[in-house]
Amino acid sequence: MAMYIRQENCISCYACEQECPTGAISHDEEGIFTIDPYVCVECNGFYEEAQCLAICPIEGCIVKLEVATYGCA
Amino acid sequence: MGCSSKGCGTSIDGLSYLPENIREKVENHPCYSQEAHHFYARMHVAVAPACNIQCNYCNRKYDCANESRPGVVSELLTPEEAVKKVLAVAMEIPQMTVVGIAGPGDPLANPDRTFRTFELIKEKAPDIKLCLSTNGLRLTDFVDRIKDLGIDHVTITINAVTPETASKIYSWIFYNHKRYKGIEAARIILEKQYEGLQACVERGILVKVNTVFAPEINGEELEELSKKVRRMGAFLHNIMPYVEGEGTVYQKLGVRPPTPQELKEVQEKCEPHMSLMRHCRQCRADAVGLLGEDRGQEFTKDKIIHLQVNYSAEYRKSIHEEIEKERAKLKKARELMALPLEEEGKKVLVAVASKGNMLVNEHFGTAHEFLIYEVSSQGIKFIHHRKVTPYCHGSIACLEGGDILEDTISKLSDCEAIIAAKIGFEPRDLLEQKGIKCVEEFAYLPIPEALTKYYEKYVLEKVKTEG
Repeated sequence: MAMYIRQENCISCYACEQECPTGAISHDEEGIFTIDPYVCVECNGFYEEAQCLAICPIEGCIVKLEVATYGCA
Repeated sequence: MGCSSKGCGTSIDGLSYLPENIREKVENHPCYSQEAHHFYARMHVAVAPACNIQCNYCNRKYDCANESRPGVVSELLTPEEAVKKVLAVAMEIPQMTVVGIAGPGDPLANPDRTFRTFELIKEKAPDIKLCLSTNGLRLTDFVDRIKDLGIDHVTITINAVTPETASKIYSWIFYNHKRYKGIEAARIILEKQYEGLQACVERGILVKVNTVFAPEINGEELEELSKKVRRMGAFLHNIMPYVEGEGTVYQKLGVRPPTPQELKEVQEKCEPHMSLMRHCRQCRADAVGLLGEDRGQEFTKDKIIHLQVNYSAEYRKSIHEEIEKERAKLKKARELMALPLEEEGKKVLVAVASKGNMLVNEHFGTAHEFLIYEVSSQGIKFIHHRKVTPYCHGSIACLEGGDILEDTISKLSDCEAIIAAKIGFEPRDLLEQKGIKCVEEFAYLPIPEALTKYYEKYVLEKVKTEG
């Protein structure tokens, strides 16, 4: 259970990183943002919805890892 | 009270109704004082990339160095880089008095980066004024921090009075860890915006309200909005035309920007209620320089990163004293603007080419914009600026100059005359064919003096009758 950032859509706006309650999101020097699937809990136990997905300005940039991997949930 | 209570537009910056202590706060601020923008410069530092709302006129994906509109930025800075840039610009362009954070997202959706930047600037360059531009969603949360930092100017973008209209403007907001949509989102954001406005006013922070004007969306509501923000204590209202952006919801829906005529009409409707800002250039979130110019390219990250800047507040102060001397000299000329002339004459629109210092000091061919003034026997009124593409590129022959020239001329077709420092033969012929007078004889005069002399000589034909 984790969220995933589709790099090709990301505009490196930092919004998700700031909102993540578990610190699962980080970025490198190039401004490439990634979510650590071992740390991300999709905000379960913290908030009603995954914060990164709720604030991301680009539709389809952040998805559930299963969707990114298998095409569906 | 009449004119003096709300500024009837004949005073130099329309802010004469403000109490003296507030006037002092704005008189060197290029964005707040129409007069100051001829002399002082501003810069925005792009430290705030995240946004907590989605406006239908904005596309966060589109970002290009040639695009000049709010929310657009070429490179993001860390607070440390931003301060370096501020100090470099402060020494290179000492007339820069104001640093703002305006995005490219929302400053208060990036509180750590935003406040860290302000703190560092305050520490290293305490003579620089700080300001902030926000969508207002989190303004109440941070208003005390803003106040403590000594930030006494805040701009809030408020686009609607009713949630119904607001729901056509915002597709979603992120608030209290939740994404809200539709009418619910609209209600929350409006409530927060007006609450934030009130919180600022209560703490003595000056508030300017920006409104993005799209006639089909919020055109009907703007007069009421203007009245409302004035009543709540905002001191200036800036109605900005919606600028079409690639890939936005509005572009998909075919929402159109207002025509210059529509903008003028809506400004005239709101003006009896509220002082309007008419000299806004809708600058980028990383703009540098006087309002009409953007020198951002001179201060890119790779250029400033290795710079050793020795910041000198004394040097800046000496430059500001020089500017104040110039301003004082022009005071008499400025007063002409408010002076009704003795003789009756018709109302005319005149375009002026200026690159700063309130002088007619720009050539027609190199002008990036023209300042449009309405001159009548009631005095001089600044209407707005019109952006053009300069058709002359220095020594290079005017390639494609014809099309550009045609475009410029069509943009100025309702003006009776153009007053510039120089107007070449080729454009002069074309302009005069279209019935636009080309006037060079007032080159390097203060704008108000040039306009008054023009009016007396060519509209009232005083010289002819006297001579």
